[in-house]
Amino acid sequence: MSTGVSSHGRAEVSGRTQRQDNWWLAPLTTFVVFSAFVVYASWRAFAGEFYYSSPYLSPFYSPCLTTNCVEGSSDFGQPFSWWQLSPALIILIFPLGFRMTCYYYRKAYYRAFWLSPPACAVAEPHAKYTGETRLPLILQNLHRYFWYAAVLVAAVLTFDLVLAFRDEDKEWGHAGLGTLLMLINVVYIWLYTLSCHSCRHAVGGRLRHFSKHPVRYRAWTFVSRLNAKHARYAWVSLFSVALVDFYVYLLATGTITDLRFF
Amino acid sequence: MGYDLNLRVWRGDSSGGELGDYTVEVEEGEVVLDAIHRLQATQTGDLAVRWNCKAGKCGSCSAEVNGRPRLMCMTRLADFDEAETITVTPMRSFPVIRDLVTDVSFNYEKAKQVPAFAPTPRDADGKRRMQQADVERGQEFRKCIECFLCQNTCHVVRDHEENKPAFAGPRLFLRYAELDMHPLDTNDRRKLSQEAAGLGMCNITKCCSEVCPENIKITDNAIIPMKERVADRKYDPLVWLGSKIRRRTDREEV
Repeated sequence: MSTGVSSHGRAEVSGRTQRQDNWWLAPLTTFVVFSAFVVYASWRAFAGEFYYSSPYLSPFYSPCLTTNCVEGSSDFGQPFSWWQLSPALIILIFPLGFRMTCYYYRKAYYRAFWLSPPACAVAEPHAKYTGETRLPLILQNLHRYFWYAAVLVAAVLTFDLVLAFRDEDKEWGHAGLGTLLMLINVVYIWLYTLSCHSCRHAVGGRLRHFSKHPVRYRAWTFVSRLNAKHARYAWVSLFSVALVDFYVYLLATGTITDLRFF
Repeated sequence: MGYDLNLRVWRGDSSGGELGDYTVEVEEGEVVLDAIHRLQATQTGDLAVRWNCKAGKCGSCSAEVNGRPRLMCMTRLADFDEAETITVTPMRSFPVIRDLVTDVSFNYEKAKQVPAFAPTPRDADGKRRMQQADVERGQEFRKCIECFLCQNTCHVVRDHEENKPAFAGPRLFLRYAELDMHPLDTNDRRKLSQEAAGLGMCNITKCCSEVCPENIKITDNAIIPMKERVADRKYDPLVWLGSKIRRRTDREEV
């Protein structure tokens, strides 16, 4: 344990904390859920199969840009012919980077995984702390670039949603349970992406004179409203993207058949 | 309806101390500070406690109640079970003077290092003008009552005494943000906040926002925007290039 709260001159109180509530519950929950997601996403990303069931493409594999993509899944061509690994790996780096550098996720994993601190007024176990001033954590400042990429990814997922209004024979004007799940996912992906702190900064937060930029001020006000729920969108979109992928997996493996609405 | 409250209060000074157990008669509707005052009046006449307004506006009675940084005057006894023992300790990030009183001069020293407001020249009629939209943004930050609970709970200094010289803390980041967002201020505080105030040491775990009795969104509205402004200036080649092409100075660009 660091010498922080037991430093010379401070009140001598034994123990890491005097907190008597279940302060460990929130970081533990975060740890378990995030770990489960990482395990699931890794399995699905490295598998390289069962990610397409016409007309649905798993969001983990969208856009599918390599020559080893299954037939019908490459709506944007296959420019990465040299890539021999799972097609997901070439895409997931962007949403992964976006979430890893996200201000909300940083809070969550610094607390849950690095215990820095595990909870407010609970002493962290590290003897030294330099924050985000050095490599690798100084790279968190690249968050805005991952946000630019995340906007493109969200646009691609929206395109996939439009394509999902077809049936398995690619006839337009149909929808199934997969379409609904993709719709929910796309809505939350956009809410998460647009509520990002870097987005808030880009649209107007960096201004000193709101009054000179009324349109950007209105945009900032709108994004600020979304930003207040950024953490909620981060969680829901994490589940929704995994749910869509799992649904496509079940369809692709023949475990279930798509529930068609019309 | 009164009841007997079990109270544990830290007594001592910088050379040492311990938690003492007391039983204090309290009344319905009272707050922790009332219980501390009654303890002082009836059992421990020399108990040191700093307080003033008893209305959550002066920021004097900051302490830790059951380990959580709180204003004692805003912590209702009704929030606890009557049989529960309430533990009150001084803020644990600052040197203790005696009992519940700590030396918070660290915060004032850091405040001295923030360059003062340096306004633009007056308009031709001798006045300075700001639009309401520009005024509103900084008003949230001016709600700060300087209770220093955010400074106390921030793990950067709470858990690492050695970081104090390099880190100003969330209360001062509020001040940097307020001035940097001020349309009439002429200083560029982005470099200063990153280098002298240690903004990069904050890992945005939001404890400052959690404990703020004024519910100021310190992390979302001050620290993160300042981090983004620093990223503009220091880590974003596109913003740098844009400002060069348009031949704007750092302060004029926004």
